Amino acid sequence: MKGNVVWIGKQMIRMILLIFFVSAAAFMLVSISPIDPLQANVGQAALGTMSQEQIEKLQVYWGVGEPPVERFLAWAGDFFRGDMGISLLYRQPVSKVIGVKLVNSLWLMTIAWILSGIMGFILGILSGIREGSFLDKLIKGYSLLIASTPAFWLALVFLMIFSVWLKLFPIGLSVPIGVETSGVTMLDRIHHAILPAVTLSITGIANITLHTREKMIEIMESDYVLFARARGESTFSIVKNHGLRNAVLPAVTLQFASISEIFGGSVLVEQVFSYPGLGQAAVTAGLGSDVPLLLGITVISAVFVFGGNLIANILYGIIDPRIRRGGVR
Amino acid sequence: MEEKKIILDIHDFSVTFEQYEKGFRKMELPVIRNLDVTIHEGEMVAVVGSSGSGKSLLAHGILGILPYNAAVGGEILYDGEPLTKERQEALRGNEIVLVPQSVAYLDPLMKIGPQICRGRKEGALRDKLNKIFRNYHLKEEVQQLYPFELSGGMNRRVLVSTALMGNPRLVIADEPTPGLHMDMVRRVMSHFRELADQGAGVLLITHDLEQALEVADRVVVFYAGTTVEDADAADFQTEETLRHPYSRALWRALPQNGFRFISGTQPYVKELPEGCPFGPRCGRCSEACRGEIPYRSVRGGRVRCVQSA
Repeated sequence: MKGNVVWIGKQMIRMILLIFFVSAAAFMLVSISPIDPLQANVGQAALGTMSQEQIEKLQVYWGVGEPPVERFLAWAGDFFRGDMGISLLYRQPVSKVIGVKLVNSLWLMTIAWILSGIMGFILGILSGIREGSFLDKLIKGYSLLIASTPAFWLALVFLMIFSVWLKLFPIGLSVPIGVETSGVTMLDRIHHAILPAVTLSITGIANITLHTREKMIEIMESDYVLFARARGESTFSIVKNHGLRNAVLPAVTLQFASISEIFGGSVLVEQVFSYPGLGQAAVTAGLGSDVPLLLGITVISAVFVFGGNLIANILYGIIDPRIRRGGVR
Repeated sequence: MEEKKIILDIHDFSVTFEQYEKGFRKMELPVIRNLDVTIHEGEMVAVVGSSGSGKSLLAHGILGILPYNAAVGGEILYDGEPLTKERQEALRGNEIVLVPQSVAYLDPLMKIGPQICRGRKEGALRDKLNKIFRNYHLKEEVQQLYPFELSGGMNRRVLVSTALMGNPRLVIADEPTPGLHMDMVRRVMSHFRELADQGAGVLLITHDLEQALEVADRVVVFYAGTTVEDADAADFQTEETLRHPYSRALWRALPQNGFRFISGTQPYVKELPEGCPFGPRCGRCSEACRGEIPYRSVRGGRVRCVQSA
């Protein structure tokens, strides 16, 4: 019991440190970025017609000229008190902007995450059962190909094939254009999410497939599978009794650790599909020097990724009897 | 004494591995050749040889679980008929059973009970398992444990239990007692002796001659992938009753016989000498030893040595 409290405390400290360093790094990157917030958001032409006074007002608004360390500390202080600041672009509290975008993105990422996890696991098992078979070569080849394909390129190809040529799915956005919020049905949302989610999961599948395959090959060559075979178990029975059981452990860890990749992938995929999610907001915030929003998104992402890894760790202890029952040894 | 039925008759058995050397050159590694073993019902035969001589492959060969790049030759007769792939698949785990070295051969994530029952849940199986466990003084709770939770003593009994789930007529014990205390070895060996006394043929594969002599009826001496002598356990009481120079060397290496060893090492498959594999280490090696060496019957046993009489 005491050990648990200490462990939780340690994890909390870790998370706080992580958030601090990640946000500091993100802030440093924006502050050394060559983008001039005024030019980027107001435009060169508009700036030319403005009076010096107006420009100075804008400079204060975008924080131009203030020392970066002071700006960061001011932000960190507010954040610590629970105030994430006001988004400079959306002119709304950052927490509210993130809330809306996160719901859109979560929707997308959850579908992709579950899809890639299940598909990757199944393909990996099938592939690993008989290393070198035709099926294995096919799955492995496919996975390697996909793993080395950039997600945004795949997104473009899918957009072209399924939206432009076949017209099966909308070209972008998360809801139909010209329809009131109240008129948007669940079906509309799903229809808009399918293509981005599929793109996102396909890249995730490759990774999980290859890892599961590797593990499965190792299992099939293990002494306990040899013995199971010696005891007359068929390949089907071996996979059912020993293969899945032993492969699911690393797969679960991988699945939760892969949250970071889904998060990263969503930035690119949302951009291509103009999907108004967290990833797209991050890009907009970065290009528009909306520091509070960018930092907010950074922190939220860090928490998600950290949470994913943490869950993986905890689950491992729960699933693996050697840790659960034998932890004392 | 009535003549016991031969349950397993292995004749001129060989295992060859195909390997690719650098430059994609195909290499054939004859890991086992000229292997002859015969086991009668109710008989315990020990195959004794040093580590790395390919003993485990014999077990895997009988069960048909060699890796895909292994080719087998020769003849295995089980119950008087050739042991084909189909028969191997049908018989293994039921009539022909393997008792492995350690719990490393058990799935670390599957509880003992379900694992022994191979994941099946029929009541009859469970009753049988309970009976076997009672026989071996294993508590029923042990079935709910994972392999890593077993104590050293439980280990072996659990492994032997796996063999009894079928109706074993041939038990293959592959190095069943590595790193065990002598008392423990005796206890494990007594389990196998029991199985033999109940009528099953037991093939004990071991590197420990002393332990083999204590329980086995016959000892087959294995050297560099070949059986060099097939002798009664009683023949090992004196050096003179043994037929092959290597068996005699093994005898002399026993603690009670002087603990003397001979120089040299067992040759690696790629560096096998012509003719007798023991030739280079044998004091009596002659020209005749470099040719084909037949497996001859000598004084009630068999030997692969041209000099023995």
